[in-house]
Amino acid sequence: MSALDTILNDGLARISDAQDGAALEQVRLDWLGKKGLVTEQMKQLAGLDAEAKKAFGAQVNRVKEAMQAALHEKKTVLDAALLAARLSTETIDVTLPARNSSAGNLHPITRALERMTAIFQSMGFEMAEGPEIEDDFHNFEALNFPLHHPARTMHDTFYFDDGRLLRTHTSPVQIRAMQALKAKGGLPPIKIIAAGKVYRSDSDQTHSPMFHQLEGLYIAEKVSFSDLKGMLTHFVRAFFERDFEMRFRPSYFPFTEPSAEVDIAWERDGKTSWLEVLGCGMVHPNVLIAGGIDPERYSGFAFGLGVERFTMLRYGVNDLRAFFENDVRFLSQFR
Amino acid sequence: MKISEFWLRESVDLSGISRAQLLQKLTAAGLEVEDYVDVAPAFSGVLVAEIVACEKHPDADKLRVCKVSIGTPELLQIVCGAPNARVGLKAPLATVGSVLPGGLNIKIGKLRGIESFGMLCSSTELGLPAGVDGLYELPNDAPVGTSIREYLALDDAVIELKMTPNRSDCLGVLGLTRELCALFNRKAVVAATNVVTPSISDVREIHLDDAVGCPRYLGQIVKGINPQAVTPIWLQERLRRCGIRSIHPVVDISNYVLLEFGQPMHAFDLAALNGKVTVRRAQAGESLKLLDEQTVALDARFLVIADSEKALAIAGIMGGFDSRVTATSVDIFFEAAHFAPEVIMGRARTLGLHTDASHRFERGVDAALPEAALARATALLIQICGGQAGPVCRAEHAENLPKANSVTLRRSKLDEVLGVVVADVNVEAILRDLGFAVTTEHGQETIWHVRPHSGRFDISIEADLIEEIARVFGYDQIPVTLPNLRLSPLVTHESQRPSSDLRRLLCARDYQEAITFAFTSSVALQDFGLVGHAIKNPLSAEIDVMRPSLLPNLLTALAQNQRRQQDRVRLFELGVVFLDQGKSEPNRIAGVAVGAIENESWGSPTRAVDYFDVKGDVDALLVGTGVSRYVAFGKDNAAPIYLHPGRCAQVFLGELAIGVIGQLHPALIKTLDLRGAPVVFELDLTAVRDAHVPKAQGLSKFPSSRRDLAVVLAESVSFDALKACAVAAAGEMLSALDCFDVYRGAGLVQGCKSLAISLILQDFSRTLAEEEVEAVVQRVIAAVAAELGGVIRS
Repeated sequence: MSALDTILNDGLARISDAQDGAALEQVRLDWLGKKGLVTEQMKQLAGLDAEAKKAFGAQVNRVKEAMQAALHEKKTVLDAALLAARLSTETIDVTLPARNSSAGNLHPITRALERMTAIFQSMGFEMAEGPEIEDDFHNFEALNFPLHHPARTMHDTFYFDDGRLLRTHTSPVQIRAMQALKAKGGLPPIKIIAAGKVYRSDSDQTHSPMFHQLEGLYIAEKVSFSDLKGMLTHFVRAFFERDFEMRFRPSYFPFTEPSAEVDIAWERDGKTSWLEVLGCGMVHPNVLIAGGIDPERYSGFAFGLGVERFTMLRYGVNDLRAFFENDVRFLSQFR
Repeated sequence: MKISEFWLRESVDLSGISRAQLLQKLTAAGLEVEDYVDVAPAFSGVLVAEIVACEKHPDADKLRVCKVSIGTPELLQIVCGAPNARVGLKAPLATVGSVLPGGLNIKIGKLRGIESFGMLCSSTELGLPAGVDGLYELPNDAPVGTSIREYLALDDAVIELKMTPNRSDCLGVLGLTRELCALFNRKAVVAATNVVTPSISDVREIHLDDAVGCPRYLGQIVKGINPQAVTPIWLQERLRRCGIRSIHPVVDISNYVLLEFGQPMHAFDLAALNGKVTVRRAQAGESLKLLDEQTVALDARFLVIADSEKALAIAGIMGGFDSRVTATSVDIFFEAAHFAPEVIMGRARTLGLHTDASHRFERGVDAALPEAALARATALLIQICGGQAGPVCRAEHAENLPKANSVTLRRSKLDEVLGVVVADVNVEAILRDLGFAVTTEHGQETIWHVRPHSGRFDISIEADLIEEIARVFGYDQIPVTLPNLRLSPLVTHESQRPSSDLRRLLCARDYQEAITFAFTSSVALQDFGLVGHAIKNPLSAEIDVMRPSLLPNLLTALAQNQRRQQDRVRLFELGVVFLDQGKSEPNRIAGVAVGAIENESWGSPTRAVDYFDVKGDVDALLVGTGVSRYVAFGKDNAAPIYLHPGRCAQVFLGELAIGVIGQLHPALIKTLDLRGAPVVFELDLTAVRDAHVPKAQGLSKFPSSRRDLAVVLAESVSFDALKACAVAAAGEMLSALDCFDVYRGAGLVQGCKSLAISLILQDFSRTLAEEEVEAVVQRVIAAVAAELGGVIRS
């Protein structure tokens, strides 16, 4: 065995024995360092002739490369072991609660309203608004409620000293939308929805003095009652994501004719009963006239629904008053 | 309105139509059935019986042994404990084998040794309303041996209809009959009317002073009625089933006719009627004691029935106390009149009244009814109480009676509105069945000229007729279609951020959305130094004004949550507030936060939320709106009294003040009984939504340099002032400036603070040389020293 072979074998044995990075580095220094065994062999080259230099140089280089490869391989193994050892100590309890994870959520009324408006917007309806303190004209008169008319007694109204009132429904927005169109010199179609707070001076378990309505108005040429049925059937089923049986029942609102109340077949505890969910009808000619629209050329339908009622049904809320108590234990259920 | 099913079935032939079909049809036609109740629960084997003998039980003081007849030759022995058991009494007998309500089986029993072959019953034992104590006392003419169910028509049901204000014509059996005829295509049962021939000549002169308010007035005198007469049980029962208490035969008859015809009647005691009857407006200052014994002040808005001296009754609303029929009345003056809705509407409400008469008259009563109603009432009166009738007295101004104008219905409009074609024959049949007169004109299109029934006050235009067709034809027969909507893309403005974005932003920052009442308490507002627009007729003092700010009610909600053991509460609300006497309704967005900065956690130390946390939330809301500034309140603009004066600010967007932020005033915290120190904000929503559409900027390819400075300043110098000074001095190379530390204490003069700021310098065209950066820093140092008296802390 040549001296070079011995050097190599010894070196590989030392590498194999090295337990850590420091020991390995020491092997590198002892073999390949400035005064290392392999480096010392290189120095012998100087005294050799060209032929022998070439042959011996090749041998030394082979030893050097073999050492380098072994060192690298061992370093990789040692590094991996080191990392593995470190990782094994760096565990956390992943089940501990997160930091700063809480978030609020929308009020259920807002949540339901956003869902409703999205459905109507997908059908091309635009949002419209009106004031919450209204005048008698927009809230009643233009909607075909004459002064002292018994129909007014269906609306328990809050008044102010100047004769104005808190709107009892979102229907005044119908008049405002028609007037706005006329002021612009525009012509139907009108496709609007209006959502907001309305007020009635009535307060008990099933009545809140403030509640929310969503109003819709569609006026164009040749709008029919069958269109109204179609639109609302589509809406109710889309909102609840259920194919209810629905019933349109004649009713009376001064501002629509024919008027209807809409019932859905609601199943609860295995029993199905009719549940009234909204009021609607064909816009009364007097209302079109009040809004400056020719009732001979145009017709339309309007509808209004109680947002609380829809929200209660959708999310299983039993107590109307819970909506305005703002108990965070209640509110936070609507995530 | 409550109505007896049997009464309806008596008036219109509904054979073969079940109760369920009847109710379903009524609802489907717009006469909504709210409820229906069986008149009596199920029971069987109960007969009309007569006590023919009644003796004391030999072994029991309270029991009696009766011999009872049920029409069979053999008498039954019944032991009975009722105090009113007596010979001659007719009462219900549950015979052996009967089953009473609640499943009680009647068997032969033995009471203290004596056998009883059945049970004499009280009304409650039959599930009927409680009457006298003891046995149900049946009238003397009750036919012995008849089933009590049959005798009292106990298989009847009470139908409760929710009547819409337009259908006053259906507030009586007569109108409902007409409706049912149309709905079921059946014929009305015409009852033989028994008209009384006048047997005395007594009349009263009637003068119509307000012939518009009262265009028709009929009266009739009936003299010599029997004051001891009682209302027959069939009539009492009908009234009871329709929700009316039996009071006195004359009153009961008026009410019966009201229910039958829908025509309100009134009966005066003739003795209290002096001279002629005048229908006139009340005079200012005139007062009247009403039947309900309240005395009301009248004025010219009210129509009254007066005699030659004074007002006796408010027309169409309520009779007067002094002229009422009493138990001793023997001579009666019956009134059946037509009052125009316009003179009744709202009047009863003004007096805090709502009567069966006012309810009908303000909606409209058929002007054709008084004649028939009066004839019916007089006939019933004489049948029940005896007496002699005078001729009908009448005053009328026919020109003022409601006119049934002809209404035109066009085939094209009908089809267009309904979206379905109803055949000509059906259209005509529906209209005729409703009692309308129809003439058909066949031209380019069919046109119908329709004269509505005189009882219908809701038919004056084409749309009214279309509704009638739709209603009777059936809404369920109208197809379901979707409108042909013309495509028109919705225009959205990117510079108007949707409220939903702002809501979600605050939700993500751990605020819960609240919706509080838009009204609040004027007293509670005083603690905020605020005044709300007052409601004239508030429901209660807690909600008597409109809110001028979202904060008071939000803080109430916060307080209530604290009371429910919630220590960490963060709420926000979007909504309008009411300013300037309710003439301005700006939209606001407000938030309140109290408690720990985040939920208690093992992983990070906690502290209470403070001004700067909430300022971060507000900043997040205002990102995209332009430059926001927070300016401390000063001498010229005092801080709102509800905020801590040293820890609050006015929020500006540019030069526009858009709201406030701050810690709640300690005094208010105490008043509201809150824990902790809530921080609140309230901003104008329109301003917050008003965002700019982003314009992208190029990015510098060259590295930036950072220099930090610690500047010692007087406490009175704000960070904003320091920043403005440094920005101006640094020039365009300064790309960002921030404050990363605030120090007070050792090493600093009392009243001073040290602000550590970072300057980020960058250029778009080159890497800045060290000397350039240093020059900028020196300029900043010089400016801060010169303008703010700031000293660089070494």
